[in-house]
Amino acid sequence: MEPYLKHDSVAALMDRSNVDTDQIIPKQFLKKVERSGFGIHLFHDWRFNDDGTDNAEFELNKPAFKGARILVAGDNFGCGSSREHAPWAIADYGFNTIISTSYADIFYNNCFKNGILAIRVGQEQLDKLMAEINANEGVRFTVDLENQQVITPAGNGFTFEIDPFRKGNLLSGLDDIGLTLKHVDKISAYEVQHKQTFPWLWA
Amino acid sequence: MQALEYAMKKTMYEKIWDSHLVVDEAGQAPLLYVDRHLMHEVTSPQAFEGLKISGRKVRNPHSILATMDHCVPTKNRHLPIADPIAKKQIETMADNCHENGLNLYDMKNPNNGVIHVVVPEHGFVHPGMVVVCGDSHTATHGAFGALAFGIGTSEVEHVMATQTLPQKKSKTMQVVVNGSLSKYASAKDIALAITGKIGTAGGTGYVIEYTGSAIRELSMEGRMTLCNMAIEAGARAGLVAPDEKTYEYLKGREFVDGVVPSPESFADEGKRKACEGALAYMGLTANTKITDIPVDLVFIGSCTNGRIEDFRIAAEVAKGTKVAPGVTALAVPGSYHVKKQAEDEGLDKIFIEAGWEWRDPGCSMCLAMNGDELTKGQRSASTSNRNFEGRQGKGGRTHLVSPAMAAAAAAAGHFVDIRTL
Ligand code: SF4
Repeated sequence: MEPYLKHDSVAALMDRSNVDTDQIIPKQFLKKVERSGFGIHLFHDWRFNDDGTDNAEFELNKPAFKGARILVAGDNFGCGSSREHAPWAIADYGFNTIISTSYADIFYNNCFKNGILAIRVGQEQLDKLMAEINANEGVRFTVDLENQQVITPAGNGFTFEIDPFRKGNLLSGLDDIGLTLKHVDKISAYEVQHKQTFPWLWA
Repeated sequence: MQALEYAMKKTMYEKIWDSHLVVDEAGQAPLLYVDRHLMHEVTSPQAFEGLKISGRKVRNPHSILATMDHCVPTKNRHLPIADPIAKKQIETMADNCHENGLNLYDMKNPNNGVIHVVVPEHGFVHPGMVVVCGDSHTATHGAFGALAFGIGTSEVEHVMATQTLPQKKSKTMQVVVNGSLSKYASAKDIALAITGKIGTAGGTGYVIEYTGSAIRELSMEGRMTLCNMAIEAGARAGLVAPDEKTYEYLKGREFVDGVVPSPESFADEGKRKACEGALAYMGLTANTKITDIPVDLVFIGSCTNGRIEDFRIAAEVAKGTKVAPGVTALAVPGSYHVKKQAEDEGLDKIFIEAGWEWRDPGCSMCLAMNGDELTKGQRSASTSNRNFEGRQGKGGRTHLVSPAMAAAAAAAGHFVDIRTL
């Protein structure tokens, strides 16, 4: 995982609620056995017409949003199936930051495991950000994870909350398994006891 | 005894949580021990890939049970799989399980079926366990009083390598359903009613504990259906305490409201917009009677309603009927065991005589990855758990129903108010 650095980038807007993982990465792409290369299928059913051409109506196809790394979206983003292909597709497409009022639990966890910073804001704050993008498509926001801040040209910046553990991992690009394996002695001790209590589970 | 009494004062979730804590240090997510790890072909290959790349091993192979369900064909299973990508996924699963010494019920194994149907059939999950699977409907196993929840693929890798997961403690929500269900009302209807009441995000951050006489009255199959749907209300998991049954009477909880909602009926702007979008997608006009809506395809199956009791009740309704002209009706058992049991009871004949297709087990129309799917604009009555846009095929329109409703709709060619049967 790459360390998450302070950056400024175009902020794309999806003014929709309940964007589900079936839309983020439709099921026909789940059959791949690799974990890379999902970005070209992100939002496939919305993004492309039946003949494979770009759907001009779809927001992320707007030229102003090209190269965006920040995605601003409505409530309950990432609901639905637990497929981690959704954050893979989002990250592979180029986003490393999502800003919304709320996320589905599994999706939220998966974002951080894949180097995506998912920021929660209040409805009022989100409305301001959406208005700023609508007024100036292609506007660039700055995200400073170290100081937990988002800065915007029109002054709609804010400070956000983040679990310190998640923050540390994002900043250092540390992999979760490595962190857990620091406790391997405790895991082994637990298992010794577990085996004594429930020997039939170990048969 | 004292320790036990103390334990009794905690919620079921807290008891399971406390007994599985391996590490709990300030500044770090608590590490929870995982007893059982369920696997299928879609969410595991990248986890095995990651494990291999980092030179790590599966810590406890015996804790894993694997099946193939999402991509498997439900007919002509003896033929090679036509879709090359599905074929690769299935072969990769077999290789991975073989290399790591895991227990796999492959496509031809008589124990094969949808993971959440197979696992209870084999008693792989016990009360008090922590159970995970790279699949959001893992919540199903909460029916056994196990803390069971869906995880992502990198967590699948994490559990394989460490047998633990860093977890945040959830809040608990108690849902009390008292009373008794009328003849054709089922666990599915309770689940849909709860989701309707608290919304698809109403349970976010919570583990739901279902209590009350109506819940205790449910069979294990019914409890599985209920917990399976916990995730549709946004919850992390659902739990039903294994306890004795009492009887009261449920004041008729409705499952299908009388008419299609109209956008104007929502005060909230966002909801109004969502309703307009939903109506357009679904090709519905506000205030149409549900019973006037025709269906093209009927599906009974999935890990929500693919168990023996589901086919029993559906067969009872389907018996002596004929599938309406122009309607395709698929009966897809959740596992080979369910299939065999149904055949032993003669249920397959009832379906076949009524004009249904009697298939091999798999997820099938639940997410339409295996070739069973709706074409654009087609409408289904489906016993699965999700009606997201495109879930059952691009442009397909899904209505979620109970098995009895599905069987009635197949015969009528349109939705039916089962309470009037
Ligand atoms: S039946 Fe549907 S919900 Fe259940 S495991 Fe299969 S795809 Fe998932």
